[in-house]
Amino acid sequence: MSNLDQEKQLLEGLALKDGSVIEAIYRDNYPMIQAFILNNNGNSDEARDIFQEAMIVIYEKAVSGTFELNCLLKTYLYSVCRRLWLKRLQQLQRYVNLVENVEETVVVDEDLEIHDKHNANFIIMENAMNKIGEPCKSLLDAYYLQKKNMQEIAADFGYTNADNAKTQKYKCLVRLKKLFFAQYKNGQAHG
Amino acid sequence: MDELLLIEAVERYLKGEMTPKEKTFFEEIRKNNPAIDQMVVEHTFLYHELEKQANIKAFKHTLYEVENKLTEEGIISKAQLSGKAKVVFLWKRYKRNIAVAASIAGLVSLVTTGLIISYNNKVGKNSITELVSEIKDTKKKVAQLQGSVTASNNNTIKKNPVPGFRATGFLIDGKGYIVTNAHVVNRMKTIYVENNKGEFFSAVAVFTDPQTDLALLKINDTAYKTMYNLPYSINKTNSNLGEQIFTLGYPRNEIVYGEGYLSAKSGNEGDSTAYQVSVSVNPGNSGGPVLNKKGEIIGIITSKNSTADGVVFAAKSKNIYKLLEAVKKAGDTSTIKLPVNSGLKGLDREQQIKKMEDFVFMVVGN
Repeated sequence: MSNLDQEKQLLEGLALKDGSVIEAIYRDNYPMIQAFILNNNGNSDEARDIFQEAMIVIYEKAVSGTFELNCLLKTYLYSVCRRLWLKRLQQLQRYVNLVENVEETVVVDEDLEIHDKHNANFIIMENAMNKIGEPCKSLLDAYYLQKKNMQEIAADFGYTNADNAKTQKYKCLVRLKKLFFAQYKNGQAHG
Repeated sequence: MDELLLIEAVERYLKGEMTPKEKTFFEEIRKNNPAIDQMVVEHTFLYHELEKQANIKAFKHTLYEVENKLTEEGIISKAQLSGKAKVVFLWKRYKRNIAVAASIAGLVSLVTTGLIISYNNKVGKNSITELVSEIKDTKKKVAQLQGSVTASNNNTIKKNPVPGFRATGFLIDGKGYIVTNAHVVNRMKTIYVENNKGEFFSAVAVFTDPQTDLALLKINDTAYKTMYNLPYSINKTNSNLGEQIFTLGYPRNEIVYGEGYLSAKSGNEGDSTAYQVSVSVNPGNSGGPVLNKKGEIIGIITSKNSTADGVVFAAKSKNIYKLLEAVKKAGDTSTIKLPVNSGLKGLDREQQIKKMEDFVFMVVGN
């Protein structure tokens, strides 16, 4: 079916962070999700947050390559946003009787559990990065997150050559590793 | 094996940069040495987490770009501008809070006014004080109090004119964009900002919005170097009643910390673009950031009720986003990137302050 092929292409584009694909998904789905959240005790900022998180959920799935869409992307997105919003309402202790059109939903609990785990790791990594101190933070950020090459970094940070910068980078990585795993193991023990 | 060497090896292995010979050798070592294998597993995990971090951050960045575009087209609606229904809805939701807050504020101000009247007969009509400090004035008072200490501070401001007003501002983009209050900027012809190390930079007002009382400054001094990694983020959503908050500002010539809580979801006379907070502030605190415990900026100190104690108003941080949209509409082409993630989450307060104090400036001018 051509429809499914189209959706498959969307997911492939999403995995590549293609801006035009993201825009298309927003255009097709955002109004519906926004209406749902506004009708259920939320505001437009919250709608934006929820939609963003749902986009990250499908992005993670698209990247993992295990995304087999058994339903329309629209249905999947709606289900994810609905679940996320219910959870948020519960956290805010704003109880509400859901007002919704009879939309088809699919079970997404398992996917959201995986997302939560990813998210927890994301936060641990972010904390570790923030604790590591300068110049390590900027150095690792430049190499791993901004993908600059070693020559550029050496110039930016005032190292005499790329090799020195490289040694420093590895030293920083060892520290990051310690910080990351300290929290990671801690989190697992609690969770 | 040396850990540094091992990390390098793991990275090359994962990137597929090893020659086939090296690869076999490397895999051989792993097989024969469980301790090294364990380290390789850990490094691989760390490496993948870093990759994920990079990807999610880049992805979020694209999301923001798309969002901005669609917000401009009106497909994503903005909280402030979505018409009557929204206002009614917000009113319904906050009616009770506003009523309670207003009556408490009313009661408190009545009682205090009563008290003040009974003690001395001169009470100002306007009960809202903007918190810009007139430097000469305070200096005089300090001089009166301390008698012998005179003209000590003037030396630090050698090459610049003696400033007449002092307030606070904070960076929202490391390129030198600072948010402060409109009423601060309106009183100044020449504007300087000073960091907590005492370095002065000249600045210009890019935009002011009297309605929300916010202004955007740009440091135009060649001595200023772009600052990276703004530690705080700027909150787009509403904060909750009772949330713990803290603020940094310059009521004195030195940075001062204050803490308190969010006491009402609206500002003076039910102003829905502001919060009421309970924190100790003084003239000079105007334009200072109000942060929650996660290190997200939720507001900007604007004024206080001079007849009631601890009734302070702060413009909501959402207004910063609105301000930037207005700046864009006014034809300014410079791209201002707001910090997206708070690097202060989970830190204890002292560390949070240490990390952010460099980004909070004294705004002075005359």
